[in-house]
Amino acid sequence: MSTAAAHTEEDHGHHHKETFVTKYIFSQDHKMISKQYLITGLFMGIIGIAMSLLFRLQLAWPEQPFGIFEVLLGKWAPDGVMDPNVYLALVTIHGTIMVFFVLTAGLSGTFSNLLIPLQIGARDMASGLLNMISFWLFFLSSVIMVLSLFVEAGPAAAGWTIYPPLSALPQAQPGSGTGMTLWLVSMAIFIASSLLGSLNYIVTVINLRTKGMSMTRLPLTIWAFFVTAIIGVVSFPVLLSAALLLIMDRSFGTSFFLSDIFIQGEVLHYQGGSPVLYEHLFWFLGHPEVYIVLLPALGITSEIIATNARKPIFGYRAMVASILAIAFLSTIVWGHHMFISGMNPFLGSVFTFTTLLIAIPSAVKAFNYITTLWKGNLQLNPAMLFSIGLVSTFITGGLTGIILGDSTLDINVHDTYFVVAHFHLVMGISALYGLFAGVYHWFPKMFGRMMNKNLGYVHFWVTAVCAYGVFFPMHFIGMAGLPRRYYTNTAFPYFDDLADINVLITVFALVAGAAQLVFLYNFIHSMFYGKETVQNPWRSNTLEWTAPVEHMHGNWPGEIPHVHRWAYDYSKPGQDDDFVPQHIPLKKGEEELQH
Amino acid sequence: MNLFLILSVLVLIAISLWQITKIFELSQAKKINTQVADDEDNNLNGKLMFVFLIFIYGITIFSFWAYGDVLLPDAASEHGSDYDNLMWISFAIIFFVQTITQALLHYFSYKYRGAKGKKALFYADNDKLEMLWTIIPVITLAGLILYGLYTWTDIMTVEENDEALVVELYAQQFNWKARYAGEDGVLGDANVRFLQDFDGKNLVGIDATDPNGFDDVVVQELHLPVGREVIFKMRSQDVLHSAYMPHFRAQMNCVPGMITEFAFTPNITSEEMRQDPEVVAKVKKINKIRAEKSKELVASGDVALDPYEFDFLLLCNKICGASHYNMQMKIIVETEKEFENWMSSQQTFAEVIQ
Repeated sequence: MSTAAAHTEEDHGHHHKETFVTKYIFSQDHKMISKQYLITGLFMGIIGIAMSLLFRLQLAWPEQPFGIFEVLLGKWAPDGVMDPNVYLALVTIHGTIMVFFVLTAGLSGTFSNLLIPLQIGARDMASGLLNMISFWLFFLSSVIMVLSLFVEAGPAAAGWTIYPPLSALPQAQPGSGTGMTLWLVSMAIFIASSLLGSLNYIVTVINLRTKGMSMTRLPLTIWAFFVTAIIGVVSFPVLLSAALLLIMDRSFGTSFFLSDIFIQGEVLHYQGGSPVLYEHLFWFLGHPEVYIVLLPALGITSEIIATNARKPIFGYRAMVASILAIAFLSTIVWGHHMFISGMNPFLGSVFTFTTLLIAIPSAVKAFNYITTLWKGNLQLNPAMLFSIGLVSTFITGGLTGIILGDSTLDINVHDTYFVVAHFHLVMGISALYGLFAGVYHWFPKMFGRMMNKNLGYVHFWVTAVCAYGVFFPMHFIGMAGLPRRYYTNTAFPYFDDLADINVLITVFALVAGAAQLVFLYNFIHSMFYGKETVQNPWRSNTLEWTAPVEHMHGNWPGEIPHVHRWAYDYSKPGQDDDFVPQHIPLKKGEEELQH
Repeated sequence: MNLFLILSVLVLIAISLWQITKIFELSQAKKINTQVADDEDNNLNGKLMFVFLIFIYGITIFSFWAYGDVLLPDAASEHGSDYDNLMWISFAIIFFVQTITQALLHYFSYKYRGAKGKKALFYADNDKLEMLWTIIPVITLAGLILYGLYTWTDIMTVEENDEALVVELYAQQFNWKARYAGEDGVLGDANVRFLQDFDGKNLVGIDATDPNGFDDVVVQELHLPVGREVIFKMRSQDVLHSAYMPHFRAQMNCVPGMITEFAFTPNITSEEMRQDPEVVAKVKKINKIRAEKSKELVASGDVALDPYEFDFLLLCNKICGASHYNMQMKIIVETEKEFENWMSSQQTFAEVIQ
């Protein structure tokens, strides 16, 4: 370890002059790459959220034409009436963008890149070149995904899970033509990007920790990013294989997922394949993906809650153990998405068992967060509010998982709005809160300036109220039996009585959308005009705050600080300050906490 | 109802706007543009945390009060009550945990809001406490898992027997068909390759060389006799569909190239279900909405809507293309005698292809 550190120091000692291109575009510096991830992710997020507002309008007032539809969707919304195929396309692309482009790349990409080297005390990522390639592959896949919105027949529209045969046959829906091809190409590139990123994170954490930074002294953020990267490396390749096989079925006439199909008056030649196989492959990634999204958010929350409670995180060991347990279990629960797919019911039993087990480490995490707040000196800045908000939605959304993870109960709520409410709260909103918390907390580190806290407060409170306003009532229409991905619930009278709930949800969604503009303004404005930050504005213990405000290659001038304690010595008795950064040696007679 | 909704939303918006201005007023006084929270921020936001707890409880109570009637329609199958019991037990546990944990989370956020000179407690670990909240979930979940698995096996074990009615559900973009096995109780072999035989009259692709298929009956409306087990065999001819029958607590995907199964015993007829107080209330509510819509329609020169009458539904619940939202089939549960009468008036496959 020390030799590696010494080696990198030498590397950065004499440095080439940077041009605009190497500094801002093809940069190999992790801090710049992290900003690139964040800004690309935010841009994709704007598209993803805007789409959700469009289909919420459609759901609340299904018979009403909207001028905005015609403006934005053109010929797909003649006279302001949205075409059902476009509705499905919007739902599909919203899901894809939010899950992969915003909450995987935008969240993990941004903060793993920023924090791994800075918090473990490394000059940069293990491979700056791979890191740069990883970002540009992500950028390329984003561009392709956005381009797919402009193809003649519309973008992919088979749901973000793109189950074949619907996604495999252009005859089945217009979105399964060129739009789907671009979706698959984009995702294949995205996976390559994610794998390169993850490998880099793993290698960096294992090899480049500074002197004294043992694994048990790692901040929980790093634990979360590290384990997330491992889950990604284990499960993303399986999605790649599913995508490749689907491309083969679509373009080369193979029958991996297709069999006995009659469509548009003709019998197709496919024989012997099974869509259920695709479902297995997809969810082998799809479920761990939930934790790829969530764990970094939980890691960020751990760090922010401890710092702002001015208390050690409660139960560090249990927190690490539960991250590991969640990671392990996440790879053996995918079948709970398939209880009624036609697979053997016995398999359903096994997956019910493993799925409900995952509630245990999740509960431990939630209780530990709550205990960390107990008797703290809570600094309720925007980052802290979003972190507390995350714990709140994580609990509310997580609890309904007990219903969905139970194969029996899943029978009647599977694929209804109950599921939509559940996963939006537990992974969508929670992970978004993690992203926001991270941005508010590390904005000074990224841009050397502070964001405006009052706008941050407005952003949080409006968003928090609206998140519950949107998703809490949604459980009810799901329990009433309304299937998701319905263009309207008024095609037949049975669900007519749900109309007023849909209106309420949409009103909240629109207000929530508006609140994000406050954030966007605050973000852009503060980037240029925010108040300049001091080196350690939150009086935090982790190493990134020992680096100078002004970014520099190699992160620290001179030697990398050595680490002498864990990251959570807040309000430790016998100390003058309520925080003791990791690089401060133990006082004479001071004992390191055995954690 | 709508008016009330709009009013309550307006009130909420007004309250939040008022809060926002209050925050801005506070900010204007100090003119500090930074994120570091001072005592005033901590005080205000800590209190708001408490208000937010009340909001969470409020929206929960409001949702149950306003929308409680749509939750889980009354069950119409024999295993329905088992399903509902498990559901309500799980719900009770969830609500208990939700109420307590949200209270602790937000109350602590309020109670321990920061102030200058305050010192936090250095409290990093407590093995006993952590053991406690590991073991309690373990026991609770073990109970739920066992109960769930027991019910699951009960529902999903499909045993072929002479008593049961065998029905094939056949899905295609964008409608449903049902095939009854006829007098021999055996469905004839079928495959999409036979769909074009007999000038398209072979609606579900029955193999004309299999004698079991001749007495099969293909219909567009699902009739079921009450009190008799029905074993469904599901097929799809094009993409994935899902046969979702919410009143019967039944759902199974229809997968091209494969036959999937689900079985249940309907225990209440459509006629009886229409007398169910919950259903009566729902129909009344829907008809009120339809009457309002009709008024508008008539005013603009269109025809008024027919009044709605309750029927069980089979819905498609797997995204299947443009008209996914409108792919459903009526289910009529009737007495054995009515069912026999209806069945005898249907054409068999042999009659159709003659």
